Amino acid sequence: MSGSPILSVRDVQVSFPVGGLTTRSAILGVAGVSFDVHRGETFALVGESGSGKTTLARAINGLQHVSDGSITFDGERIDVLGKSGMKQIRRRMSMMFQDPVGSLSPRMTVGDLVTEPFRIHGTEGRNLRDEANRLLTLVGLPADFASRYPHQLSGGQARRVGVARAIALNPSLIIADEPTAGLDVSVQGEVLNLLNELRERLGLAMVIITHNLHVVHHVADRMAVMYLGRFVETGETEAVFAAPRHPYTAALLSANPEPDPDRAHDRITLPAEVPSLLSRPLGCEFHTRCPWAQSICTTAQPPSGNVACHFPLEPGARPPSKKVPS
Amino acid sequence: MRSVRRLLREPLGVFGLALVLLVIFGAIFADLLTSWDPTRINPRDRFLGPSTDHLLGTDQLGRDLFARVLHGGRIALYVALVSTAISLAIGIVLGLIAGYGPRWLDNLLILLFDAMKSFPTVMLALALVTITGPSLTAVIVVVILVNVPGYARIVRTQTIAIKTSEFVTAAQSMGASTTRILRVHIMPNVIGPLVILASMDIPVVIAIEAGMSFLGLGVRPPTPSWGSILNDGFGQIRETPWIAIAGGLPIIITTLGFTFLGETLRDVFDPRLKGR
Repeated sequence: MSGSPILSVRDVQVSFPVGGLTTRSAILGVAGVSFDVHRGETFALVGESGSGKTTLARAINGLQHVSDGSITFDGERIDVLGKSGMKQIRRRMSMMFQDPVGSLSPRMTVGDLVTEPFRIHGTEGRNLRDEANRLLTLVGLPADFASRYPHQLSGGQARRVGVARAIALNPSLIIADEPTAGLDVSVQGEVLNLLNELRERLGLAMVIITHNLHVVHHVADRMAVMYLGRFVETGETEAVFAAPRHPYTAALLSANPEPDPDRAHDRITLPAEVPSLLSRPLGCEFHTRCPWAQSICTTAQPPSGNVACHFPLEPGARPPSKKVPS
Repeated sequence: MRSVRRLLREPLGVFGLALVLLVIFGAIFADLLTSWDPTRINPRDRFLGPSTDHLLGTDQLGRDLFARVLHGGRIALYVALVSTAISLAIGIVLGLIAGYGPRWLDNLLILLFDAMKSFPTVMLALALVTITGPSLTAVIVVVILVNVPGYARIVRTQTIAIKTSEFVTAAQSMGASTTRILRVHIMPNVIGPLVILASMDIPVVIAIEAGMSFLGLGVRPPTPSWGSILNDGFGQIRETPWIAIAGGLPIIITTLGFTFLGETLRDVFDPRLKGR
């Protein structure tokens, strides 16, 4: 990757106020993450529900107030922009949401939906009907879908409409929140191939948020694993899949179902539940569930860097047997 | 289209529709249906009973009651239409503001709606007419004051329910302005149930107009109104009952018609009853 990154996230925190008048405090949904996304690159955010993936995506898109840190898009700091400044950014950065049908206005036709970005940002003499045809063709839908309503679409078709709307203004970055959620496997594949193809053709950068590791493997150049609002491991997708260095990544990857039934399947089982964001563990926040945890892990913060762990794993490491619950 | 067909399958709905169309037809073609002038006083023909000449008889001033009833229908429908339309417009705007705007504004508007709702209609009408004097405009203003809080509350609730849905967030992420989000993405989704509610409110509006005119707070004589005809006949109900009947019957027909129609419409559009 060369040149300056299209998106640069530095130490971003997002906090939410909780409690009543007397017990007011704040929890950190995103607790300080940093990463870069370069032009033409796909970056995946992985993590279980509640790990802060979606909150981070909303913060990048300006839908969520950033309480600390900075976000730079295309050389411009955007977390401090006002409404009109952010509107200009949104021409070049689009977002896709989880629910394929639910993210489409139910009373608008497909034609109106995919050309909505032009109506918001000015049509500049474009013929909206031609644009709708062009976009629908680009995502592989027949042009006569323009007169349909969202409830008449299947999940996969609705997702394609969402993709068409996201690429309408020729953005340099697309943030896709669970682009394959709610789709069956063959349609997931179609949507991913479509995204890959469009990325190559239009030179897009993408941030994909998912808990589906097959999706990550299929489309992402680099990935970050989130746990309790922090990155525990970042790296090239191939390298991370080949040899996860953080115990949490290793456990996550070992839980990924393999289509081949004969393949050896060594699951690393994590004890206990995800801790509450209201009472984060001291030291390394993963130590409460980590099979490799040592005494230092309960007191000292792990080193920052690509792998947030005191004792990064060697390739093929297995958890010490005494720590694995029966 | 399917909704219309379902409406026509419901006997009560068809009956209501027929009554409503009858009233509208009578109001529109009043001048063709009778040659009598509804305001012409004819002292020699006072208190005439129904006959082929005067279909519903005449009142204490010798005016033809059939002509007065038809023209009274114009007033009733005019008030119903104008005040409902204005109430809907104001209610939608205030409801969207309350539902989408900041919390303090929401609280303020809710307080205002509750205050307006707590006035008994008659007291409100009396208070207003004391200031402005009786007029058709006063009737319309009273109806608007009575209707707006209810409409605004419904729109507010729907807006709050919809504003966190993903398609609204998606519109925000595209950079849509607040007015665009309200107008294009939220309003079309709240308007359906509201229109049905408004159609069910029309009998109430007509009753308010008739009631205010009956009390002398509404339409001023000699302009005919069903309420004032009812009042004309009220004093001599034992001697000349047809005057009170001429005033009361159209009120009954119209309110029944709109009620049946509104209730059937509600059932037809209620998705829970679909496919029945």
